[in-house]
Amino acid sequence: MMLAALVLPLAGVAVLAALASAAVSLAASRWPRVLSWLSFPLLGVCALAALASGIDALWFGGAHQAVLPLGLPWLPWEVSVDPLTGVFLLILGAVLLAVAVYGPGYAREFRNGRDSLAALGVFTALFVLGMLGVLLAADAFLFMVAWELMSLASYFLVAFQHEQAEHRHAAFLYLLMAHVAGLAILLAFGVLAAASGSFSFAVMRSMHPDAFWAAVAFALALLGFGTKAGLAPLHVWLPEAHPAAPSHISALMSAVMLKVALYGFLRVAFDLLGPPQWGFGVTLVLVGGATAVIGVLFALQQTDLKRLLAYSSIENLGIIFLALGLAQIFQAAGHPALAALALVAALYQALNHALLKGLLFLGAGAVLHGAHERSLEHLGGLLRRMPRTGWFFLIGCLGMAAVPPLNGFVSEWLTFQAALQAWQLHDSLLRILVPLAAAALALTAALGAAVFVRAFGTAFLGRARSRQARHAHEVGRGMLAGQALLVLGIAIAALLPGPVLGLLARAATQLTGATVTGDGWLWLTPISPSVASYAPLPILAVLLVVGALGVALLRPRRRAAIRRAVPWDCGFAPPTPRMQYSAAGFAQPQRRVFAPLYALHEQVTPGRYEQVVGDRAWRQLYLPLGTLTDRVADLARRMQAGHVRRYLAWSLITLLVLLWIVS
Amino acid sequence: MNFSALPLLDQAVLVLAAMALFSAFALLAQSRLLSAIHVFAWQGALVAAVAALTGAASGDVNLYISAAITFVLKVLLIPWMLHRLVRRLALERQADPLSYPALTLLAGAAIVVFADWVAAPVAQFEHSATRNVIAISLAIVLLGMLTMVVRRQALAQVLGFMAMENGLFLAAVASTHGMPLVVELGVAFDVLVAMVLFGVFFLQIKDSIDTLDIDRLSQLASSVEQDDDTEPPR
Amino acid sequence: MDRVLTLTAALLQPLLLLAAAPLLVAWIRRVKARLQNRRGAPLLTPYRELRKLLGKEAVVARTASPLFRIAPYVVFAATLLAAAALPVLSTLLPGARVADAIALIGLLGLARIMLTLAGLDAGTPFGGMGASREMLVTTFAEPALLLVVFTLAMTTHTTNLASMAASTLAGDSVLRPSYMFALAALLLVGVAECGRIPVDNPSTHLELTMIHEGMLLEYSGRHLALMEWAAQLKLALFAVLTVDLFMPWGLATRLTPLTLLGALAALVLKLAALGALLAVSETVLAKMRLFRVPGFLAMAFLLALLGLFAHVILESAL
Repeated sequence: MMLAALVLPLAGVAVLAALASAAVSLAASRWPRVLSWLSFPLLGVCALAALASGIDALWFGGAHQAVLPLGLPWLPWEVSVDPLTGVFLLILGAVLLAVAVYGPGYAREFRNGRDSLAALGVFTALFVLGMLGVLLAADAFLFMVAWELMSLASYFLVAFQHEQAEHRHAAFLYLLMAHVAGLAILLAFGVLAAASGSFSFAVMRSMHPDAFWAAVAFALALLGFGTKAGLAPLHVWLPEAHPAAPSHISALMSAVMLKVALYGFLRVAFDLLGPPQWGFGVTLVLVGGATAVIGVLFALQQTDLKRLLAYSSIENLGIIFLALGLAQIFQAAGHPALAALALVAALYQALNHALLKGLLFLGAGAVLHGAHERSLEHLGGLLRRMPRTGWFFLIGCLGMAAVPPLNGFVSEWLTFQAALQAWQLHDSLLRILVPLAAAALALTAALGAAVFVRAFGTAFLGRARSRQARHAHEVGRGMLAGQALLVLGIAIAALLPGPVLGLLARAATQLTGATVTGDGWLWLTPISPSVASYAPLPILAVLLVVGALGVALLRPRRRAAIRRAVPWDCGFAPPTPRMQYSAAGFAQPQRRVFAPLYALHEQVTPGRYEQVVGDRAWRQLYLPLGTLTDRVADLARRMQAGHVRRYLAWSLITLLVLLWIVS
Repeated sequence: MNFSALPLLDQAVLVLAAMALFSAFALLAQSRLLSAIHVFAWQGALVAAVAALTGAASGDVNLYISAAITFVLKVLLIPWMLHRLVRRLALERQADPLSYPALTLLAGAAIVVFADWVAAPVAQFEHSATRNVIAISLAIVLLGMLTMVVRRQALAQVLGFMAMENGLFLAAVASTHGMPLVVELGVAFDVLVAMVLFGVFFLQIKDSIDTLDIDRLSQLASSVEQDDDTEPPR
Repeated sequence: MDRVLTLTAALLQPLLLLAAAPLLVAWIRRVKARLQNRRGAPLLTPYRELRKLLGKEAVVARTASPLFRIAPYVVFAATLLAAAALPVLSTLLPGARVADAIALIGLLGLARIMLTLAGLDAGTPFGGMGASREMLVTTFAEPALLLVVFTLAMTTHTTNLASMAASTLAGDSVLRPSYMFALAALLLVGVAECGRIPVDNPSTHLELTMIHEGMLLEYSGRHLALMEWAAQLKLALFAVLTVDLFMPWGLATRLTPLTLLGALAALVLKLAALGALLAVSETVLAKMRLFRVPGFLAMAFLLALLGLFAHVILESAL
């Protein structure tokens, strides 16, 4: 078991590498090459260490703890790595490795700009350090410190290109929501600490609050971690912040940071809170389902590629929370095996989303780098100009559309299988609710496929819609290698679901107490072979064989394989690029069918038609909140009118009230 | 217990109850008035069939009489009267599409889930295999009320009201094997009288404000004032 | 020896369905023609059409990317693989263990995505139109189809199609409310997914009314042959799916020549009946305008939902 003992040291190496990367990047303003040759490679080392530590923890199971000589004298920092941490270390390591390989090529673009390269390097490393700290923390103090570090570092990254006003606004909104979330999380930890008497997770795990305070802590945790994970209606910061950051940071934020928020929620709600209640599960299912539907509907209408990906992240986090809700329901109803299955489905979905969304954001960054365009309305035909990026992006889109034999399908299949076991429940309301949740999931899956068909079809297929797209060029080897690494990860998750399930199942076992089997490396049979099974390798093999046979048998012997000609287009005049379907036009049927859910603003001036799809949450939740805050602030302002005697009067009244309370 | 293990009559009752639930949804969604009347007639036929089958299973003669009364009233007489009314009001081509069909569908589904949840403890006291029909009948009643809420045409409101009565009858048949015959006859005649009154009122409303859209019933007040002001021509 | 026999049967069944699919389409056209007082083309016409297309030159637009040439093979392979997961003649099917009902729907989804992308590839407006409309139909058809599968899976406690058929053969009654609703929903969804009237007209030549044909507009030669064959296979697939789930009597449970012949005869009869039913409905109904299709599919979704409710409320709370 010598390998098992390496878990904590590897995690320590990761932390030190991130620190070193931050320290080294301070010099990047003076010597830009430091960024490419030292900062990013150190982040790569950090990623490899985190990956190894995570896999190690999952392989061997068990918890590894240590107490650090840091923090306050009576409140030292504790770290621990258990299988749950291992899953998210795995996710962090995989995506960070790809970003570290991709980063140097992408950051070269900023060399000639006015933005500080040192800031980019330092804050990227601090961001990674914060995320590592959150994952490793075993007491509330270290958790909150690392959480704040993560939020602040990412704020500076979102505001990196601060010349544009919208980036500044996005960054401010992000910071605001992050701190509201942090406050809620702090209060949740407060409730748990009050019930157990200590800030350490180990103590919290053994002493649980009673039912009422558990519900309060759950609500606070959902509010806090849900805001950071982008659950509706607290998701409005996500579509603003993720596109504003540089693309490799967007990849880290969407792929990893959202999962760190998920980890926090899992830790508090499933591990520390004690016995689950089915009401929690139903809440999670409803919130997750609503988030998924809202996310995908809005993703369908975006014309900015990165905003589209951001809304799609919202959708996927909703699906993950829906699966978590199913797990809670099953656990509360006394079926730990089914709860473990639902939990594994949620974790697999998290892993898949991290790999796929990371790939897609890196691809979007490559598109931005090669074509200097982000709007789908100005792209087109990129598959011929940027072939490798295009094929990688296609794999990412097919994965997100959840079709076999790719990995998105595996997690969706697992979630459906878990939901279909609802016949074992006794409560008739739950027995209806769980399949209904699966029906909502089916709806979002169908819409999700439409989102990515539209994204890939408009950006990479067809003809170029602008001069920039016509002159797009493929990106460098580094950026391609980063994407290729994620494709490798996707292939493993897609074609070897049994072993991956086996690894993730350890975390599920830790939280629910039941095991989930994978049945070998070829098949995926989580329940039993007669109930359901899925084997992606034979599917891929047959697809390739049939395709190859088709090509070989049908190829003409004496003629050329194909003849190129002008597009047929039913015999009309040769089409121009402007005659193609635009991205907005592609989604118009859904816009019309789901019109009540969108806040559509139309403006027609001679020769110009503008339609803006706004987020209803803004108008109905945030603007009233903002107005209320303004009014309260106005009232408060009257207290500070500048009259000295009025200040003294307020002080006197406060003193009287306090004395009355104390007496 | 498996569905296949139930006696055949019980299986048929469950099938007919499910089809009655579907007809309640169809009534909700059907935009053409004449088709809605036909759906209502089908719903009456299904409910009468359930009564007849339950009578056959339990041997209770009263249920046969109830089924016959329901058939004559709900499948033949009332739809005929509504047909005649529609023709007199010249509403054959009226279409009354739902403003938010998807939302209405969702509300209907939520109502079915809710009705099942509410009826679950009640259903536990019954011992026959058809006790879950109570949940279905409660859902039909609530869906009838939903029909009255979302529909704008007055005639569709009448159909929703009648559908509620269908649901109550189904609940009575399934749980207590019918109501006392006196109550049955009383309810039947109440419904008949209500129909006649509806017919008279609708003719009056159509004459006054030239529409049967209930959102515009407030115009009746202004039209009454106008009638008071105008004097008959000399 | 037994394993070899089972594997051979598993390999031959999808090929059998592939060979029979054009015949089913020809039968439907024949019935429609008879209903319209015509004699109709000979039953072998679709085979001749495929052979003609396979021999022709494949012309590809200059603006098309490599995906355009790959798509037909992927669509064909995915649809064939989906057919391999269905019990066509017997319930002893190793293929059903590789892909269950949900994976079958996923494979059909893969085929549809590649088809839609191919429609967008040439950069023509009609391709985009077909693609956009296909996505609208899919958005509502796929959840309804999944919900049908869920209703059946909640009753039979499995998503393996062979197991589902086997449990119905073993004595589970199909005349239950949930199955009736699910059958009605499956018929409506099948019409939508296969692009038949009233959702899409497979024999239209008016580009502005096309959904499936619009995406195939730029294809020619062997590529078009593969796409057309895949579409015919999809229709046969949905027919066999309906038969397997709701009327599986006749399926062989042992692999003997007698039972297989019996299964073949039963299949032919059932497919002929379903084909005739489709032909009648296509003659009686008219194609709907595009924005009425969501209402049509919402009805399918409602039926599937009612099936689920009927199962939970009426059949299982015992």
